[in-house]
Amino acid sequence: MKIHEYQAKEILKSYDVAVPAGIAATTVEETVEAAKKLKEEGATLFVVKAQIHAGGRGKGRTKKNNAKGVVLCKSIDEVRETAESLLGDVLVTIQTGEEGQLVQRLYVTDGVDIESEFYLGILLDRAESKNVIMVSTEGGVEIEKVAEETPEKIIKEWIEPGMDLQPNQARRLAFALGLEGDALKKGIKFIQRLYRCYVETDANMVEINPLIVTPDNDVYALDAKVAFDDNALFRHSDIAELKDEAEENPYELEAQKYNLNYIKLDGNVGCMVNGAGLAMATMDIIKLSGGEPANFLDVGGSANVETVKNGFRIILEDPNVKAILINIFGGIVRCDRVANGVIEAVKDPEIADKLDSVPIIVRLQGTNAEEAKEIIDNSDLNVISAVLLKEAAQEVSNVLA
Amino acid sequence: MSVLVGNDTRLIVQGFTGSEGSFHAEQMIEYGTNVVGGVTPKKGGQTHLGKPVFNTVAEAVEKEGANASIIFVPPAFAADAITEAAFAGIEVIICITEGIPVKDMITAKQVVNSHGATLIGPNCPGVITPGEAKVGIMPGNIFTPGNVGLISRSGTLTYEAVDQLTKAGLGQSTAIGIGGDPVIGTTHLDAVKLFQDDPDTESIVLIGEIGGTAEEEAAAYIKEHVNKPVVAFIAGSTAPPGRRMGHAGAIISGGKGTAQAKKKALAEAGITVVESPAEIGVTLKSLLETA
Repeated sequence: MKIHEYQAKEILKSYDVAVPAGIAATTVEETVEAAKKLKEEGATLFVVKAQIHAGGRGKGRTKKNNAKGVVLCKSIDEVRETAESLLGDVLVTIQTGEEGQLVQRLYVTDGVDIESEFYLGILLDRAESKNVIMVSTEGGVEIEKVAEETPEKIIKEWIEPGMDLQPNQARRLAFALGLEGDALKKGIKFIQRLYRCYVETDANMVEINPLIVTPDNDVYALDAKVAFDDNALFRHSDIAELKDEAEENPYELEAQKYNLNYIKLDGNVGCMVNGAGLAMATMDIIKLSGGEPANFLDVGGSANVETVKNGFRIILEDPNVKAILINIFGGIVRCDRVANGVIEAVKDPEIADKLDSVPIIVRLQGTNAEEAKEIIDNSDLNVISAVLLKEAAQEVSNVLA
Repeated sequence: MSVLVGNDTRLIVQGFTGSEGSFHAEQMIEYGTNVVGGVTPKKGGQTHLGKPVFNTVAEAVEKEGANASIIFVPPAFAADAITEAAFAGIEVIICITEGIPVKDMITAKQVVNSHGATLIGPNCPGVITPGEAKVGIMPGNIFTPGNVGLISRSGTLTYEAVDQLTKAGLGQSTAIGIGGDPVIGTTHLDAVKLFQDDPDTESIVLIGEIGGTAEEEAAAYIKEHVNKPVVAFIAGSTAPPGRRMGHAGAIISGGKGTAQAKKKALAEAGITVVESPAEIGVTLKSLLETA
């Protein structure tokens, strides 16, 4: 689960990780008030930052006003102008895709002076099954390029399973950043506290880019990206509440309500599959058959009438869908039961209406597959049956031709 | 022979009396797997499906000589179940449970390793040696005994591949569903090593997915050490990269992890990579016929 920068920084603060003072706002007036408050506390410069669940905001631009997602303002008036140009506009960054994301909230922070900028990231290294802390002196937005071209500039420390981050590891990382004196001391503490935050909150990523040192040798998280392990949210009800549904695709939200794993794509052939691996393989075969997958949809183990109906509802919301491929491998679930479920779903008046011009190919394989094919073939519905995956692929080609 | 499970397996079911555990225990017994009992804390002493129920794994090992365990315990308690099995000296631990927090799995895996046990999963369909033992949730009837070793991250895609193999007249020595979670016990690489050393396995089918670098690591090993024919399929060529947040994931994977990168690594290792998931069976068959 992703959260916003302003939420991430609140969590960091609760672990005594230093962040510049900041206030979140949802209207122009609130943004101006926030800046005034920061000014009273001593801020002379303000940074206004769009709050969306994607990186690359500083280099991103909004669609209507061509405004940057992160703006340094020298006055309250500039804060007002920036808020007016950002709120309600759609920000497109390298990580949002072309559709971009609507800016509904801003975060105004104290524009602290920067002496040096670094990169710091914590996540699971899957190859090692260990958490890893990575730092680099090459902070800023080009960090992926650094990793690719000069990987030796990324310094890593892997945390031993069952152990805490060891002081020697935190020291090595801080030294690798070239920190000295007060900044070194603060840097070591910063890394230790940040790791504790990562572990205790069941985060699956904490990224500070940039991590900065001020001319006064203070160490701050200037930006913070934090995401959490969905599987661990059951033990963090406070974090689960931070979820911002406005940031999610509305179709995907609806699918979640039905317990379906759905991701919308841009293609013309919808699909409904049991199991994530087979769902991806089905998308691949749609492409090989001359179509483009319109979605990823894993209906899970049950594939009963209700899940199939809900799957149809979600797929048919998408006007680009020209055909639907249902691919179910019935193992423990018997195919004849799935076939009856599909037929009942297709006969549902609400679904039948929308299915008029959309052919359905149903490929059922596994236990009682032949009986299932008979049930489909004898149904008098606009449903094409297949048993082998190869046959299903051929049918997709046929209906698109 | 085969690997991991077989005629010598003495299996217990952790989470035996729950609905999932009961259902699949019954299916496994029906298949002919030697299920010697189960564990449900506080229900020890009862009999379930005609088998003894124990309070602890240690007791099941002591009284029934259990050497393998399959876990159907809910996600919040599953890592604990894994470590209990490892502490009790279970050799092969197969965890079906989906949704275990990564933090719990990091330490559980470490415990399994330090106790010399082998963990399969979590979030996997299990392991089957056709005709000998089914330790998982897969439909037993699509498998047939033979000499193809199969490794896969996913459930139904495994069944798809097995079904194609069986229909092509190619039986399986053992099929291992390693699971798709970020932290798993046995990896593609570990499974490849098992099959290379198994005299009953004559060829290998490797099914991967986008994400992580496990397939690339297996490919590097196969290139140097495996002399058996290998056919691979990677699912997810058309999956979108997804909206990302931050760069950390990209830095750690170092450009690996995409379907293209995986296919390239596998092909360079001399592995036959199939583009279509519909052609796994026929491709291996023709490869074996021309070899």
